Amino acid sequence: MLNNLLTLVIWVPILAGAVVLATGSDRNAVLARWLALAGALLGLIVAIPLATGFDSTTSAMQFVEKTPWIPAFNIHYHLGIDGISMPLILLNSFITVLVIIAGWQVIQDRVAQYMAAFLIMSGLINGVFAALDGILFYVFFEAMLIPLYLIIGVWGGPNRVYAALKFFLYTLLGSFLMLVSMIYLYFQSGGSFDILTWHGTVLGMTAQTLMFFAFLLAFGVKVPMLPVHTWLPDAHVEAPTGGSVVLAAITLKVGAYGFLRFILPILPDASHELAWVVIMLSLIAVVYIGLVALVQADMKKLIAYSSVAHMGFVTLGFFLFNPLGAEGGLVQMVSHGFVSAALFLCIGVMYDRLHSRQIKDYGGLASRMPVFAAFFMLFAMANSGLPATSGFVGEFMVIMASSQVNFWYALVIATTLITGASYTLWMYKRVVFGAITNPHVEEMTDVNAREILLLGVLAVLVLGMGVYPKPLTDVMHVSVVDLLAHVAQSKLP
Amino acid sequence: MSQAIMQFAPVFPEIFVLAMVSLILVIDAAVDDSKRYLAYVLSLATLAGAAVLTLHGFSSMPALALHGLFIDDPLSDVLKLFLYLTVAVVLVYSRDYLRLRGLYKGEFFALTLFALLGMMVMVSASHFLTLYLGLELLALSLYAMVALQRDSRVATEAAMKYFVLGALASGMLLYGMSMVYGVTGSLGLGDMAIALQDGTDLHIPLVFGIVFIVAGLAFKLGVVPFHMWLPDVYEGAPSAMTLFIGSAPKIAAFAFVVRILGQGLESQMVDWRDMLVILSVLSMALGNIAAIAQTNLKRMLAYSTIAHMGFMLLGILAGSPNGYGSAMFYVLVYVLMSLGAFGMILLLSRAGFEADRLDDFKGLNRRSPWLAFMMLLLMFSLAGIPPTVGFYAKLSVLQAVIGIDYVWLAVAAVMFSLIGAFYYLRIVKLMYFDAPHDMAPIMASPDTRVVMSVNGLAILALGILPQPLMAVCVHAIHASF
Repeated sequence: MLNNLLTLVIWVPILAGAVVLATGSDRNAVLARWLALAGALLGLIVAIPLATGFDSTTSAMQFVEKTPWIPAFNIHYHLGIDGISMPLILLNSFITVLVIIAGWQVIQDRVAQYMAAFLIMSGLINGVFAALDGILFYVFFEAMLIPLYLIIGVWGGPNRVYAALKFFLYTLLGSFLMLVSMIYLYFQSGGSFDILTWHGTVLGMTAQTLMFFAFLLAFGVKVPMLPVHTWLPDAHVEAPTGGSVVLAAITLKVGAYGFLRFILPILPDASHELAWVVIMLSLIAVVYIGLVALVQADMKKLIAYSSVAHMGFVTLGFFLFNPLGAEGGLVQMVSHGFVSAALFLCIGVMYDRLHSRQIKDYGGLASRMPVFAAFFMLFAMANSGLPATSGFVGEFMVIMASSQVNFWYALVIATTLITGASYTLWMYKRVVFGAITNPHVEEMTDVNAREILLLGVLAVLVLGMGVYPKPLTDVMHVSVVDLLAHVAQSKLP
Repeated sequence: MSQAIMQFAPVFPEIFVLAMVSLILVIDAAVDDSKRYLAYVLSLATLAGAAVLTLHGFSSMPALALHGLFIDDPLSDVLKLFLYLTVAVVLVYSRDYLRLRGLYKGEFFALTLFALLGMMVMVSASHFLTLYLGLELLALSLYAMVALQRDSRVATEAAMKYFVLGALASGMLLYGMSMVYGVTGSLGLGDMAIALQDGTDLHIPLVFGIVFIVAGLAFKLGVVPFHMWLPDVYEGAPSAMTLFIGSAPKIAAFAFVVRILGQGLESQMVDWRDMLVILSVLSMALGNIAAIAQTNLKRMLAYSTIAHMGFMLLGILAGSPNGYGSAMFYVLVYVLMSLGAFGMILLLSRAGFEADRLDDFKGLNRRSPWLAFMMLLLMFSLAGIPPTVGFYAKLSVLQAVIGIDYVWLAVAAVMFSLIGAFYYLRIVKLMYFDAPHDMAPIMASPDTRVVMSVNGLAILALGILPQPLMAVCVHAIHASF
């Protein structure tokens, strides 16, 4: 049993999704909800031994499973995790539980399909983080688009079809080029799809450069990085609350994870040579997208743009090539997972009551929903990077790391402390404080027990990570140092 | 058994099918409409019997028969088994559709089985004569099938187009074959390969002949610029005929191309490879782009066929057993998907109503979540998205292309697939995101539903475990080359 933990982590949610799907029509909605919750909890429970049994003194892959899958092409069912992927699997399994609970009452239409889509996607995303075979990775990476496409398209807002299609085609564009690169790597490495073998494959500079851009597009779209980020606000605005939470908290991390697993170790020379591209794009994202977020009238769009800016920190941290920056990026990934999930849940709470996401329709919420206002305040502070919240830790580490590399990077990136605080807190002020101008706000009721549970758990995590992030960085440290040592070696022939 | 009979052993399945078609024709002439199911049952029995004979005589080594006209090798045996399976599925899917339109007659079964016989000859031919014989038997049966609905103007027009252009293609093929015969002095594929092994001083006439042969093959495959008949025929023919034309003949066409180019003219690969590159790129481009503009599902799938055949050619132009194996895998997977997609049109059709417009699929998830899910799998598979088997088909073909260092071709292929993904996703969008405008109950009978479920789930199951089918293809090709 313990030898197949990763298989369980992947397949328990998927099979649970299939079971939920089998409950069929909305007459069995109650059963579907409870089954989905049971499946999500079971998925989280089987993921916990990954953390408790994890050996953080080694950078080698752990919980490894390897069996031939498609011998015709030397493709293996090869799973394993290190300090980089383990926290992400836990994050994903945890967020899935929240998403199932968040959709408990809101989703009344095709409940079984909704819950099943999230469970199946959760399993597939765990597969992305655990796969050590290129094609296996690709299969999970692509397959997760299908449930997300349906989630946005079926349960989304008025412009959902456009958003779903844009999201799908954008991501497909990048991944098709990645597929070609992977097959090329297969031949260059002497007929292997093993990612760890690719880490040692000798590659010429031209090949590295071309593949760098192919992978950059594939993962950059998912992150999303600056010129290809435009699908994100559309997808977020149209997605249901659960969809937004998963998009922001998990799928964006898949892109950033790809940087660490593929681009840096497989293409170290191109990464060094072209680091300026990523750094520039990240800096522009942080500053420019921060300003774009400032003028948004729609709360979901505002948080979506804020996600793009925060992910700029992550990509910048990775391409500084020092452990502090890379770890800062990883901490930022986990922290953003909690904070953005919490903010989207907060917006969901308000939307369920007033059916509007426009900032101008709110105001004076503090007098009607004091408990909610307190939670919202905490998460808004975390989003603007207040010390003692998780948002501070990652940002601070990346700023420190960039000041070691180049003063100007640090100066530009630090402006986020101003813009981030401006757009988040200004939104908070307009929504929560002031006089009540909209009569409907008068009728709004405070958060119920289910919502308190959701927000409370996230609040504990955000504060805990902010005060004592050491357990997380300890887990990552050895893997990150080893990765950077690997990246420092040239692979030119 | 005596020596004289045993020399016909490799041809037993063909002889059996021929005998059974004659029997069906006679029996069908004698019975009235109420016993029409006899022809149906007998046709399925024919397929089962032929499958038993083929399995029984399964050869692990290539064996020539009938004085070198006919070859029995693992490739032909495997392809024949898939042909039986495909035709059986076609018969099941089309039964209700044909009955409701008054086409449920002995002619349909006789023509289908004659076409099958033609395809069986094609996949087992090792000689230009048998190749051509099989091809014409198939083509003539198909022309008649398209025209079977005599009072339909579009069907008659489609049949005329098909016939005129098909005859032209046959003419080009024959002309090319005669040039090659002039150079090599042989019509047998094996002798031809030996004659060309050491080069020839008649290179220009040979290339001239190859051009005509490739053009003829391109017509039959329906790849650009020889694709003009395909959308009209697919749209105009009754849907059951479209299902047949769009599935089994692709397997035979694959065998046809591999036999001529891969076995007979292998040494001239430098000459035909570039031709196939052009055909393939043009097909992927035009097929995928033109499909976007279609509102008729049959026509859209016709353009999608053009694109898929272009993709399949990528495997063949790699020119190695590895490449042929990937093309074979591609074509078998394509046939599986094509059966499902056209079959779904038949399932949703009812008396006086053809479910062949895109709008007819609106809101299918509300009318029948299970069928919508099957169609979802089929569409994602056609688009090449894992975990469906369509992805592995693309993967294996792309791998063959990158293996011969044509990386640019692989990049072009995936870019056109991206365009293609758009119109497959649109079907999913119609089924899942839109409200239905027609709530009529779906009348499909239980057995067709079961076959459709098996068809759809096979797409998923083979997507999770593609190895068995891949191994069959690799083995069949390697044992035959």
